[in-house]
Amino acid sequence: MDRAEKGAFITAVAFMGVFFALIVYAAKGLNIDVPTCITDVKPFTQGQVIQHAPDRYEIHYLAKMWYFEPANVEVPVGSTVDIYLTSADVIHGFQIDGTNVNLMAIPGTVAYARVKFDKPGVYHIVCHEYCGIGHQDMATKIIVKAGEQQ
Amino acid sequence: MRVEGSVKTVILGEIIFPIVLLIFGIYHGLMQVLYRAGVIKDMSFLGIEYYQGLTLHGVINVIVFTTMIIVAFGNAVFLYYLKKPLRPVVQWVSFLLMVVGTLMAAWAMFTGKANVLYTFYYPLIAHPAFYIGAALLLVGSVIPLFFDWIPNYIAWRKEHPGEKVPLAVFGMLVNHIMWVIMLVPVVIEVVFQLIPVSLGLIPETNPSLSRTLFWAFGHPVVYFWLLPAYVMLYTILPKIVTGEGKLYSDSAARFAFLLFVLFSFPVGLHHQYTEPGITNSYKLIHAFFTLGVAVPSIITAFTVAASLEYSIKSKYPEVRNSLFYWWTKIPYISLEGDKWLVSYFMAGLLLFLVGGITGIVNASYNLNLVVHNTSFVPGHFHTTVGGLVTLSFLGISLYMVSKLMGKDIKFKGLAVIAPWLWWQGMLIFEYAMSVAGIHGFPRRTNTGISYLNPDSPLYRPEWVGYAELTVFAGFIIVLGFIFWAISFFGTIFSPKVRESTIEFPTASALHDEKAPALNRLTPWFAVSVLLFVLSYIPAIYDVTKRGVFFDSPGYNDKSPVPITKPQSAKEDQRNTAEAK
Repeated sequence: MDRAEKGAFITAVAFMGVFFALIVYAAKGLNIDVPTCITDVKPFTQGQVIQHAPDRYEIHYLAKMWYFEPANVEVPVGSTVDIYLTSADVIHGFQIDGTNVNLMAIPGTVAYARVKFDKPGVYHIVCHEYCGIGHQDMATKIIVKAGEQQ
Repeated sequence: MRVEGSVKTVILGEIIFPIVLLIFGIYHGLMQVLYRAGVIKDMSFLGIEYYQGLTLHGVINVIVFTTMIIVAFGNAVFLYYLKKPLRPVVQWVSFLLMVVGTLMAAWAMFTGKANVLYTFYYPLIAHPAFYIGAALLLVGSVIPLFFDWIPNYIAWRKEHPGEKVPLAVFGMLVNHIMWVIMLVPVVIEVVFQLIPVSLGLIPETNPSLSRTLFWAFGHPVVYFWLLPAYVMLYTILPKIVTGEGKLYSDSAARFAFLLFVLFSFPVGLHHQYTEPGITNSYKLIHAFFTLGVAVPSIITAFTVAASLEYSIKSKYPEVRNSLFYWWTKIPYISLEGDKWLVSYFMAGLLLFLVGGITGIVNASYNLNLVVHNTSFVPGHFHTTVGGLVTLSFLGISLYMVSKLMGKDIKFKGLAVIAPWLWWQGMLIFEYAMSVAGIHGFPRRTNTGISYLNPDSPLYRPEWVGYAELTVFAGFIIVLGFIFWAISFFGTIFSPKVRESTIEFPTASALHDEKAPALNRLTPWFAVSVLLFVLSYIPAIYDVTKRGVFFDSPGYNDKSPVPITKPQSAKEDQRNTAEAK
């Protein structure tokens, strides 16, 4: 290995090292983490919205060929929402536009993410995993309403 | 060197057969952008549905085309560098298995019995012919390694004690041994999960496990496509760029290949960052190794650029002291001798630069939440596999066909422009897909009838401009392919002017050290397999014992009613519902 080659190698490793350190910082320090394996909520067969407090919600999303249950949900601005997602049939995708919520719905498992809606507006959710002939019509939304805070 | 009649036919078949299919693959690529932008607002066009066309586009382009061209290139490399004949029986068995397998899978896809995309995620289930055909194709592709390449390699080592095996042989050998290792998980998935369900032998299986096994194969496979391109960049490109160029460092090239051996396998969970059922710390470990596997590509970037610089500067003394001007002396568009091939490699490399950066973004764990399953991902891999890999394979196919058939390359001008049209189109395509992806534009979706349809309640106007840009890009890419195809088929149908031979321009190494550790494959592969197994034990435990509550029956893409009706799953579901 000559000097230039060593330089290139060390630069490459250093760059990747910095990237990895930033990833770990974002995950552990800023709590921007990817979904993990949860076992305390079992796969459910009905979608529902549960309100725990004025600004605390739990939504159980059931993805089915080719719709989400519950359909459009309304929450007040500033709400923190715990999202649980499962599938009744094949694999579906679930992304809330404008947030970091990006999940897969796999039958037999439950995916979990927490999101806080600080800005009012319409948050579109699309199924982004191919799930059969009706896939392109599988979408829903969360409407975050302004001025309804207590 | 001359090539025996029957083996020559096989190698030519392994090039021409997948390229005829590739015409369908590219056609469906164009159809994709038209559907997605809403130019075609329909579920199907000329009897082929959107998702059926997407399955064809994926399977033909990255499973059939890549695998068969890699086997053809490997055969030619072993033949030319080891100067040992290939065994016609082995070659024919391998070729016929691949052809029969491909035709079985193609029948299932063209008749709409396998609209499952090229990842065939369970619980969607295809006709058994699709899985059995794919399995035959894969089995056929490993036969030359065991019965031709390894025996010839061992015999060569005995006859040349202490000598290093030629770099191209080293690279193709490493690549194919990796191929055999990575096939193990997907073979387990197909043989023990998918084929039994699709034949109705078992009513249900575990979808999370099948995804995990799939991606244990699905990531290393991209390096299986990439390493042959690297072999060409190391051995062929420096030689043809000036006529007498050299590879900067032989050891660096071998080291890069061996880093791929180590780090290609423990990385598959980076395709599963967003899924439930797998503890996120295991995903973080795979993120670490994924950034590690970027290192050999950066080393390759250095070695290839250094080889280009050395080769150019040794021919043009006037740029010897310049940092940047030597780039202008590269024969980007030249009709002289074999220099037309430089266009393919340079256009591919420039695309790969973009693909590498977007790949590191994808690999970056929590950053993946922004882009997962959006059009960012197809944007990324059209500049890697659709960029460097495809362009170098198209270039080398044209090169090998002209040598093996003893013909001059026809329409060389079109052949030289083709990769630059392709490059320009892909760059626009990648830009539009990536930026739209960051705005949530989903991949694998017939968006033209819903999200990009002004009459639909789902209309999302913010995606329209990007989708229209991909249509423009698609036409440029296809024009590039047509230019290449005119040259390719023009060459095939032109009269024979020379004897049939196989030969590769080969750069010797500027820095050529004896590095015995880099030439012993067994210890590297032993560590690699150990790392592979260790990195997957926790994930497999999660998806079989902890995170998955029940197995699932199989589904057809047209109906929400399962096609295999298990009673146990129904009871399980009822029990869990009651338990809540």
